[in-house]
Amino acid sequence: MTRDLDAHAAKIGKQDKIATGILTLIVGLVLALLAAIVVYILFQGLGKMLTPGFLTNSPLDDENPGISFELFDSFYMLLWTLLFSVPISLGAAIFLVEYAPENWVTAAAKTAIETLSSLPSIVVGMFGSLFFVVVCNFHVSILSGALALTMFNIPILVRTIQQALEDVPRSQRDASLAMGLTRWETTTKILLPAAMPAIVTGVVISAGRVFGEAAALIFTSGSAPARLNFASTNFGSPTNPWNIFRPAETMAVHIWKLRMEPSQGNDVIAWGCAAMLMICILLFNVLARVLGKALAKKMTAE
Amino acid sequence: MSQDRVFEQSEHRSVQGVETEIEVKDFDLWYDNGGFQALKHINLDIPKSRCTAFIGPSGCGKTTLLRTFNRMCDFTEGVKTEGTLKFEGQQIFEMDANALRVRVGMVFQHPNPFPMSIRDNILYGPARMGKLSKEEGDEICERTLTEAALWDEVKDNLAKSGLALSGGQAQRLCIARALATEPEVLLMDEPTSALDPISTSIVEQLMVELAQEHTVVVVTHNMQQATRVADKTAFFYRGNLIESGPTVEVFSNPKEQRTQEYLSGRFS
Repeated sequence: MTRDLDAHAAKIGKQDKIATGILTLIVGLVLALLAAIVVYILFQGLGKMLTPGFLTNSPLDDENPGISFELFDSFYMLLWTLLFSVPISLGAAIFLVEYAPENWVTAAAKTAIETLSSLPSIVVGMFGSLFFVVVCNFHVSILSGALALTMFNIPILVRTIQQALEDVPRSQRDASLAMGLTRWETTTKILLPAAMPAIVTGVVISAGRVFGEAAALIFTSGSAPARLNFASTNFGSPTNPWNIFRPAETMAVHIWKLRMEPSQGNDVIAWGCAAMLMICILLFNVLARVLGKALAKKMTAE
Repeated sequence: MSQDRVFEQSEHRSVQGVETEIEVKDFDLWYDNGGFQALKHINLDIPKSRCTAFIGPSGCGKTTLLRTFNRMCDFTEGVKTEGTLKFEGQQIFEMDANALRVRVGMVFQHPNPFPMSIRDNILYGPARMGKLSKEEGDEICERTLTEAALWDEVKDNLAKSGLALSGGQAQRLCIARALATEPEVLLMDEPTSALDPISTSIVEQLMVELAQEHTVVVVTHNMQQATRVADKTAFFYRGNLIESGPTVEVFSNPKEQRTQEYLSGRFS
């Protein structure tokens, strides 16, 4: 057999170039598509968004309706969702990683969580409207909405936290256990701090998803702009912004609502709202990276 | 400090007539709920305040036995044991596992400092048994780091992350951390296999020094290391304890053919 190394090198060199070219093209297309969406939404909505009063006026303002209540409700809903979903997910993930014995019950729980994470959000919304609104009698309210979003958020958070805990090297677990620390001490003092950068990143990214969710909220927290009075001190009043038993409309639901009643004015507000929503979610993602990196650096640096 | 010479123990200490710290009697261990027997009828005395080495080819059961001494085997599912295992006269499997592990410390194959400062690494164990004053914390840091021959290198920088140390320094930090709970026994599972020769030499010297006041049990795949550090050596093969005795005797005059073959490098 004769070996023609030069011909072989030329051949594989050419293959390598073609593969690199195709992969670059694919990535370029994906990036271009993303950039096109972002640019188009900003082009349509940024002007409206930056109009004086848009972010601060009430949606019920006759002259110049804004999205101040939707903006507030989006963040307030997110706050309650995280208050519910983070502790539950943390507990579930710690149990699954550190305590659960390897048997069919654990396997079934893991499969259930994975299935739940691919449940359509409109179905979560329907369940929420039946269970939280009717059965639990929480009415169409922030509480019902936040609980529906919690159901939607838990599977994703559990998987993220599970992954973060599993990524802590086995050797650190062993070191702590070998010093006579219980599993609980090992979890709270070693595993959670070590996994914290990944957990924080995961929580903030999931917050971005929750923030933009509309379908799960339409039946649970309502789609009519709440009439909020920030001067109210009566926490039972439906106009008190902090009352979690009042209906609320987030920005994402507001967009859906406006597009259901098309008109020149509504479309412009919807685009402005979309631009604001997108910028918030981009900021969440930036925040997730910055926080995660800062925490990781704090742990390993001098 | 010159560390570029190979450490050599001047003189092995006698293990005859020494009090027994850990007693292993007719001990069996199975993995996979009885599917695989990893230790077969082991009988062995670990002498107090001496260094004992476990040698043998991979998968012979030496690490398995070591991990029963502080019940780290509890964390492996499907482990079953039979026979007697006593620490200072008490049945190890009847003791409180966490209390046992405070008294029987462990150092692992790969240095595994926690992602926190050197000082916090050391005080991690003692701090949970009661609040430490700053002076007490300082005292524990200085004592254990000195014992682990790391004090001079880090004394001005105790706030530095344990993860920022070199491999050899990190392993000595792990030794200091294990010493901080004041254990009577120190188990070392191939503690130098991930270290460079100079760090290995320092850690070997440490083993001998620590064995003055602690009972040291070291698992090693390096036979020369056993001759350098251990007063007593036990040779394992396929879950059996083939031979054990004073290191000098086992190496210079092995009684069993298997031991001879292993020591002469005919199999590994």
